[in-house]
Amino acid sequence: MALVTALRRLAHVRLREYSWRTAAVTSSAGAWLTGQRSFTTGTHSLRSDNKVTVHFINRDGEKITAKGSPGDSLLDIVINEDLDFDGFGACEGTLACSTCHLIFDEDVYKTLGPVTDEEMDMLDLAYGLTDTSRLGCQICLTRSLEGLVARVPESVADIRQSKDGSS
Amino acid sequence: MSGHKMIFSGLKVWTKGRSRPAWISRFHDGMNGRGKASFSTCSPKVCIVGSGPAAFYTAQSLIKARQDVEVDLYERLPVPFGLVRFGVAPDHPEVKNVINTFTQTAKHPRCSFYGNVNVGKDVSVKELQQAYHAVVLSYGAEGNRSMGVPGEDLAGVYSAKDFVGWYNGLPSCRELSPDLSCETAVILGQGNVALDVARVLLSPIDILKKTDITQPALEALAESQVRRVLVVGRRGPMQVACTIKELREMVNLPNTRPDMVAADFEGVTEALKDLPRPRKRLTELMLKTAVEVPGEKEKRNKASRFWGLRFFRSPIEILADPDTNRTAGIRLGVNKLEGSGEGARAVLTGEVEDVTCGLVISSIGYKSIPIDPSVPFDSRKAIVPNNMGRIEQAAGLYCSGWLKTGPTGVIATTMNNSFDTARSMVEDMDSGTLDVSTARTGSQSICALLGKRGVKPVTFSDWEKIDIVEMRRGEATGKPREKLLTVEEMLQVARKNN
Repeated sequence: MALVTALRRLAHVRLREYSWRTAAVTSSAGAWLTGQRSFTTGTHSLRSDNKVTVHFINRDGEKITAKGSPGDSLLDIVINEDLDFDGFGACEGTLACSTCHLIFDEDVYKTLGPVTDEEMDMLDLAYGLTDTSRLGCQICLTRSLEGLVARVPESVADIRQSKDGSS
Repeated sequence: MSGHKMIFSGLKVWTKGRSRPAWISRFHDGMNGRGKASFSTCSPKVCIVGSGPAAFYTAQSLIKARQDVEVDLYERLPVPFGLVRFGVAPDHPEVKNVINTFTQTAKHPRCSFYGNVNVGKDVSVKELQQAYHAVVLSYGAEGNRSMGVPGEDLAGVYSAKDFVGWYNGLPSCRELSPDLSCETAVILGQGNVALDVARVLLSPIDILKKTDITQPALEALAESQVRRVLVVGRRGPMQVACTIKELREMVNLPNTRPDMVAADFEGVTEALKDLPRPRKRLTELMLKTAVEVPGEKEKRNKASRFWGLRFFRSPIEILADPDTNRTAGIRLGVNKLEGSGEGARAVLTGEVEDVTCGLVISSIGYKSIPIDPSVPFDSRKAIVPNNMGRIEQAAGLYCSGWLKTGPTGVIATTMNNSFDTARSMVEDMDSGTLDVSTARTGSQSICALLGKRGVKPVTFSDWEKIDIVEMRRGEATGKPREKLLTVEEMLQVARKNN
């Protein structure tokens, strides 16, 4: 089974390349369409792609902006957009590890919905656990999360290294 | 399932004669294919001993950090993935998803897998060091700590390492055939391995039969008479080593009832508020289980199987049945705690307690063992002495995983410590501490050496043949996989021509 998933992943990567190319084509078509629509209805053109924009702060403090569809988890976005967070999502969103740990501002955290015991259990094993930590695989995008900011925590090793300037 | 088969037949076309899909190996051949040696001048060659999580995470990180590095993995068994295959419990298939990422790494143009190579016997670490710029030891902790009490060699006493190896199909544990005809089993140690063993012993067979547990283990467990499992720790509830996920699985195990001693939890409620969140939630769950409200207990009363944590007890002696000379019980010494919190020490009070049981499984920790006299080894800590993965007083030698840290932590822990080792090595390459300016022969000379010694490595595409056979066998019985149980059988399948 594992190999099948791996192959699917490989196929997925190839598809992703493909869809990236087609996306480049369709987006111009899309722009044309939305242009048309806004001409007739006057609605905001950005709305029509039905995507939610989120921001990740990576381990180097850089802000990375990505888009996902409602219903996608934050882990899905990291995978789909090929965001380069080392070791992120090791168990592939099955609540068996804590590598998709993300940290939120308190006001955002409150809007993310309830946390299950099982998610809390895995979070308890996460490095740099905070009161506003969640697992990326458990947070599904909704329109209301537009503009959300999620911070990828440093691994413990990074913290230890920066403390110990000698190495 | 037919869809899967189609993907596999596609794979066969890709892998013809090589370990990688055609679109990857095109890349590969252009860079370092058949004419490997002529291109070797500028690429750092690293080999990793082992192919478990530590090995794969180290390889992944190295390959990503440097575009020129080539990584070879040497594995003693014909099959990769170490404890993900042989340690992770069969009913935890989600954890095994990491194999997908490992497979991607193994198929990377700059990574190769050589199974069936026993480093330390077939080839020495010195020889690897001559062929490679750097050698990373990531072979884990295959030994186990012994209890050091009289009777531990009696029939009916097993190490958790062997017991886990048996139900997970580790070839060296195939013949274990543990006797499960007794009613009570005592497990010593309260870590996640102890709880895995307890869970496998008590799980309804209908759950296990859908996992990749071996067929002999499944049959033995179906006939098992074990009804009661006691998981014994030297210290108290505040010091247990398991994580909450594994404890919750025990609490939620169908047809099974927790059976704790409420008195063990005296004073625990008061101490809760000062604990950090993970320890606090773990302790709360134990407490709730121990002093479960009566209504809940009634609901579970139909349960025919029991499990319980027992605290403040150390093994003193395994007691034998004088007629059969088999395990009939265990004498436990009653401890008191000195100090508190994580650092509390268990001290024997002199009082003892005998528990009747026919099965004792010691789960008090794994232990790394040295594989080559040329590598420094700290036998007290059972690790290789190292600084951020650099083996002390051994230039060009690195370590990652349990050999580096000791046998604790979940997969994310090993991932991080392996990334650290890779980072140390890349730093050393960049700074010149690790000289990569002169060409090394890498796998070419090692494979020639192995050939002379009659050792034929198993490639990753060979492993994929084993993988396919195992999954096909599993399909027939409704399991995700039916593992091949002997090295001979593995090699036979690996060497079969398509």
